[in-house]
Amino acid sequence: MDVSQYLDIFIDESKENLQNLNTQILELEQEPGNMDTINEIFRAAHTLKGMAGTMGYKRMQGLTHNMENVFSEVRNGTVKVNASIIDALFQCLDALDEYVSNIQATGDEGDNENSNIIKIFNDFLASKGESAPAAEAGEEKADKAEENKEAAPAGDDDHWRDIKYNDAQMGVIDKAKNEGKNVIGLTVYVQETCILKAARAFLVYKAMEELGEIIVSNPPAQDIEDEKFDLEFSLVVITDATPDQAIKAALNVSEIDRVAGGIVEVAAGEEAEAEAETAGTETAVAAPEEKKEAEPEKTTETSPAPAAAPSKAVEKKKPVVNRTVRVDIEKLDDLMNLVSELIIAKNSLVSAATTKGSGNNVNEQIEYLESVTTNLHESVMKVRMVPIESVVNKFPRMIRDLQKKLDKKMELYMSGEETELDRTVVDEIGDPLMHLLRNSADHGIESDVKLRKERGKPETGSIWLDAYQDGNNVVIEVKDDGNGIDIEAVKSKALEREVITPEQAENMSEQEIINLLFLPSFSTAKKVSDVSGRGVGLDVVKSKIESLSGEVDVKTKFGEGSKWTIRLPLTLAIIQSLMVKVGGEKYAVPLGNIQTIESVVPDEIKTVQGKEVINLRGNVIPIIRLNEVLGCESLRQENEDYVVVVCKKGDALAGLVIDELIGQQEIVIKSLGKYINKSKIISGATILGDGEVALIIDSNALI
Amino acid sequence: MNEIKSYSEAIQYIKILLGDEFFGVDIGIIDNIVRMQRITRVPNVAPYIKGVINLRGEIVPIMDLRLKMGLDEIEYSKATRIIIIKTESYGKIGLIVDAVKEVVALEDEQIEKVPYDSTEENHFVSGVGKLEGALISLLDIVTVLTDKQIKEEG
Repeated sequence: MDVSQYLDIFIDESKENLQNLNTQILELEQEPGNMDTINEIFRAAHTLKGMAGTMGYKRMQGLTHNMENVFSEVRNGTVKVNASIIDALFQCLDALDEYVSNIQATGDEGDNENSNIIKIFNDFLASKGESAPAAEAGEEKADKAEENKEAAPAGDDDHWRDIKYNDAQMGVIDKAKNEGKNVIGLTVYVQETCILKAARAFLVYKAMEELGEIIVSNPPAQDIEDEKFDLEFSLVVITDATPDQAIKAALNVSEIDRVAGGIVEVAAGEEAEAEAETAGTETAVAAPEEKKEAEPEKTTETSPAPAAAPSKAVEKKKPVVNRTVRVDIEKLDDLMNLVSELIIAKNSLVSAATTKGSGNNVNEQIEYLESVTTNLHESVMKVRMVPIESVVNKFPRMIRDLQKKLDKKMELYMSGEETELDRTVVDEIGDPLMHLLRNSADHGIESDVKLRKERGKPETGSIWLDAYQDGNNVVIEVKDDGNGIDIEAVKSKALEREVITPEQAENMSEQEIINLLFLPSFSTAKKVSDVSGRGVGLDVVKSKIESLSGEVDVKTKFGEGSKWTIRLPLTLAIIQSLMVKVGGEKYAVPLGNIQTIESVVPDEIKTVQGKEVINLRGNVIPIIRLNEVLGCESLRQENEDYVVVVCKKGDALAGLVIDELIGQQEIVIKSLGKYINKSKIISGATILGDGEVALIIDSNALI
Repeated sequence: MNEIKSYSEAIQYIKILLGDEFFGVDIGIIDNIVRMQRITRVPNVAPYIKGVINLRGEIVPIMDLRLKMGLDEIEYSKATRIIIIKTESYGKIGLIVDAVKEVVALEDEQIEKVPYDSTEENHFVSGVGKLEGALISLLDIVTVLTDKQIKEEG
């Protein structure tokens, strides 16, 4: 079946499901017992598996299947989640993400089997029955553990011990014991060279059934029949035979490597005797514990690899799929309605034009047409808007990982995820935000808990990510209650790198020094760490945000924390602007950059250090004569007052001298094209109502 | 239709007038030919870039081919046309020419290649076509667009 036409949908939905899984598993980590979360995870994993299977991505399907198995057991209450399995799950999500990225980049899932993750899952399923309670409800079993540690040499052949029994099975076991029968647990290892594992397993089954009754099998009988097991499976048999007899019977089947077995003890207290009996030959809690220590290590070791691989793949080949926007059906309905209105308006206009003596009617129709097109325009813009949720959703997971990596306690608080931005902006904003968050986590939050206490801050560091709309802008703030920026350190670093001269350093304000951080190759991190501090970063953040017509600044107080503020235009394509005339030419100045418009008497312009300035209500601000910058003749009369448009860039102000104001207008930004895109002060062009082109002045480039 | 068919063996060129010389522009890269219209000046660009125009909602930069070729600027007349060419790397670009004449078809044997010589002023020309006794210099559009003016650099 050719499924390539579904590739787009598959990738979109897989990403959604993966994101969902990430969020849910984070929740699960907080509340391990929440059934709603577990059900939701199971559903998402199941969908993912189904989709991967349909698309023919076998490896992805296999991995998801194993993950689903874990949750299936968790849902049934047979196993409990613990920290190590959460780590493995996240690792698995990363691996799945890698598959999806590979598919997106090349159309192929790649050849990483991720068998290590699958193995962790299987081990978990096989072992969790006992090690989870041992770890989590440690008190209950503490006695038993101690007892066992003394008695038992380690060895991990006894996976049958890890089987968890439900109430019904417990009943059966109890009953059998009362009847004086042996309840024997067996773990059978098939030889690695064995070809027909399922057939061998079947023979073992048959042999056991001859001895007694099989009450539990792990994996379930159906899976064993389908050969869905590695090299081992565990059984619990109720029989009259002794464990040794049972083991012998199983070993009689050819191609069986070895069999471990013993009497099953159900509850710790009751079965102390039985345990003592088997303890000598079998293992106890020690083995799973060892395994648990090993797992987190594995996580850290292997996680960089999947992270690095997809980026390589992405760079290598062009994505095989196009970017899409998912549109709310209501928005589309709106569009459809407007288009039909547009057609009606056109028809009315046609009929009005053909009917004689209906001058008024035509005007009326034109007005109608105008309102329809304005609405249509708004609706189309709305279609491009997506909530930033899709980007910020991955951050809780990132902070969780960083917390482990950096060994610092911290918490991420997010608000305003529903804030909408243009799709193109949302796509680009992820990296800068990630960088700022990593920065806060790595350099911001103090690693020294004592220091935090001295400063009167809670042990757990807080990082906030807040987004909200502010007029025509969207503001995203990244805030932390950490160390803040050490201005002296920045200054001495700047001197050391010869970014500034000692004289300059003397005269610089704190804010100016902080802004040095945005210069290329400037990192104050004492150690180069994996997380941040390679000296690439803040300058990239800044240039990225500026390329989105936004701005970034930082406020900080040493010892108390810092706040990074990103300000972005709501949409890139349409802005409110002030139309002005300079030397007979029309220009547009984005309204968002304008602070005030002033009328200035020629005498008020003073010259300071060769630069023209005006004193505006106590603020001395430089003025820029636009006609000089733009290279045209000013049409201003000699003694006329100057019209000065005061623009702001961050905290800096500057006055642009123009000839004449035209008015406020909503303009559609168009690119000047690559061929003449060298002019820095012109950020684009727009087409006015009469078809004329007006250039858009980037006041930020002038200040 | 017949006319086009008879040309199919050869490459078609638009014959344009620039000063007192005829030039040919490969018809394949031409998007459109429009009359002279209001051009919005763009500050701080090379002198031969006259500005931008609105071509059905698209902003298209306009280059004066006379200035680019080192000819004197003349006043635009009724015959002045803007040839809109489509390029892969820059999108659409308009070239102002004195007049557009007709479509000519030139076969390979009618074209004489000229060796590339960057010092000569005719280095925008990739070949010279001979048609009914007249000469048509064939413009190498890629060089016209990418070549930096030597004077400007110095």
